[in-house]
Amino acid sequence: MDDTLKSLLAEKKGQSLSAVELAALAAGFRLEMFDVLHSRGTGHWGGASSAAEITTSLYFNRMNVDPSNPAWEDRDRFILSKGHASMNLYTILAYKGFFSPEDLPGFRTLGSHLQGHPSMKRTPGVDMSTGALGHGLSIGVGMALAARLSGKKHWTYVLSGEGCLNEGQTWEAAMMAAKYRPERLVYMIDYNGVQLDGTSDDIMPLNPLADKFKAFGWNVAPKLYDGHDTKSLLESYDWMDSDDVWPKAVIYQTVKGKGVSFMEGKSAWHGAPIDIDSYAKGRPELLADIEKKEAAL
Amino acid sequence: MSVAMRDAFGAKLAELGKTNDKIVVLDADVSSSTKSAIFGKAFPDRFFNVGVAEANLVGVAAGLATAGYHPVVNAFAIFLALKSTDQIRNVFCYNHLPIVIAGAYGGLSDSFDGASHQSITDIAIMRAMPNMEVIVPADSRQAELALEYALQQNTPVYIRLNRNAMPSVPEPANFASKKVIVLKEGKDVTVAANGITAAMANDAAVLLAAKGVDAEILSIPFVKPLDGDGLAASVAKTGNLVTVEEHTVVGGFGSACLEALAKRKMTYAFDAIGVEDRFTETGPYDELLAAYGLSAESIADRVMKLLNK
Repeated sequence: MDDTLKSLLAEKKGQSLSAVELAALAAGFRLEMFDVLHSRGTGHWGGASSAAEITTSLYFNRMNVDPSNPAWEDRDRFILSKGHASMNLYTILAYKGFFSPEDLPGFRTLGSHLQGHPSMKRTPGVDMSTGALGHGLSIGVGMALAARLSGKKHWTYVLSGEGCLNEGQTWEAAMMAAKYRPERLVYMIDYNGVQLDGTSDDIMPLNPLADKFKAFGWNVAPKLYDGHDTKSLLESYDWMDSDDVWPKAVIYQTVKGKGVSFMEGKSAWHGAPIDIDSYAKGRPELLADIEKKEAAL
Repeated sequence: MSVAMRDAFGAKLAELGKTNDKIVVLDADVSSSTKSAIFGKAFPDRFFNVGVAEANLVGVAAGLATAGYHPVVNAFAIFLALKSTDQIRNVFCYNHLPIVIAGAYGGLSDSFDGASHQSITDIAIMRAMPNMEVIVPADSRQAELALEYALQQNTPVYIRLNRNAMPSVPEPANFASKKVIVLKEGKDVTVAANGITAAMANDAAVLLAAKGVDAEILSIPFVKPLDGDGLAASVAKTGNLVTVEEHTVVGGFGSACLEALAKRKMTYAFDAIGVEDRFTETGPYDELLAAYGLSAESIADRVMKLLNK
């Protein structure tokens, strides 16, 4: 993170950031993810990058959390159902203040609290351990039902990718959510169109995805939002707040490996280590994006 | 005979629900079989029927557990152990969540429904998971005590329940101590009985006494943690061990006993009674149990063979 972004974070600590601020921050986080994933030679770049603006906006504009008290009962919950994007979540949580960004380079090393996939027992701020795909929505339903039982008003956000939507459990949970309609449960889909083995259309077509959730009885966002445009993300929050019909599903159109042109939309970059040549070639693109976004501040 | 374990468990769950408002109960469309419906009728707000969806059942329970609730998930033992294994391991156990997993129709007790519904691998699966405790009650009273115990724990506890009205054994003085329960002291052979086989072993002791064999009968509901010291003390005395379980002999209670004793460098003669490495079949429960060596007579015969008598 460069000095401009560090100052921005310090200056706006605890406040909701604007769309341009979120865009600059997400660009900075994306570079940090790229750097750590390259240096460690392990981890998942494609899905971490595709969700950069989604998680940045959620944590730095919308979610009600207290980094000094990660177990705060009234906090909003976030479940990264696509747990392989752990580097994304760790970067967000570190700069949100749950732990030191100096921990990030320890990602996936023995003894680090930054496990390969998120562990709620190891990392402050992680609300649920994930990794095996398809778990998130069920757990989110449980958390939202717990809020209802105890009269709490917090939100529960679940972020998933196509892999989770391949899993039958997600659809079990989708049916149940429509039965009980837990308040303030939002299922967010990072719809980058690419899975581990290839495009979603080749591996397991999901379209018409919005119609599927509608048919399951969900309140589905009226349009696909651009998951890389922070203005569009904030617009999706306006929709979340627009009525009291639950549960809600929102689909964000994204690009896997976003920000590094030759990696974008390529399944090969789902989980491949970022080799030195690709790193050297890709990093300037991410730096240029930060520069562009910072110019708009 | 006592009431069926499921009836006792269901009634106890509803009773405990009156004083513990953190208990939430989930079922997968078998609540009239598991008897969790008793709780559901009494506390509809804290009861969730998720339909035939065991993976989701476990996930939802985990979400509730993170917010201070103590979920009791109910479904058939075989489907909990097999259809929600990933969720039980990666969500319940990995996160060390306080959850009671109530496996109904354990062992061969869903006898007429056949092999597809008979749970003979659940103990092996559940005990392999870190942070999990595994209890196989001997009778309905032990099932109630197991539930009371499990709700006091901050960890997942698997309780395997039986479908049918079965003979009971004397109530243990301190079930929650997790120790082996000595039903009868003896000097010639240790019969370590898991679950409902304890009553059979007790009856076998009478048959053996008539043949001049003084058997020590242990009821061991806690497969994990297993009271290895208690078991070893008995085997050190008798020099002979027969384990009995309503489960495959691969990886279950008998295996757990051997693992515990192997570390103690003991010498003893051994036999394991249970379902051999095979699928089971349809039939009346008592006949089915006997077909796999689970009867007082079979246990007595196997003990006599072990002792070369």
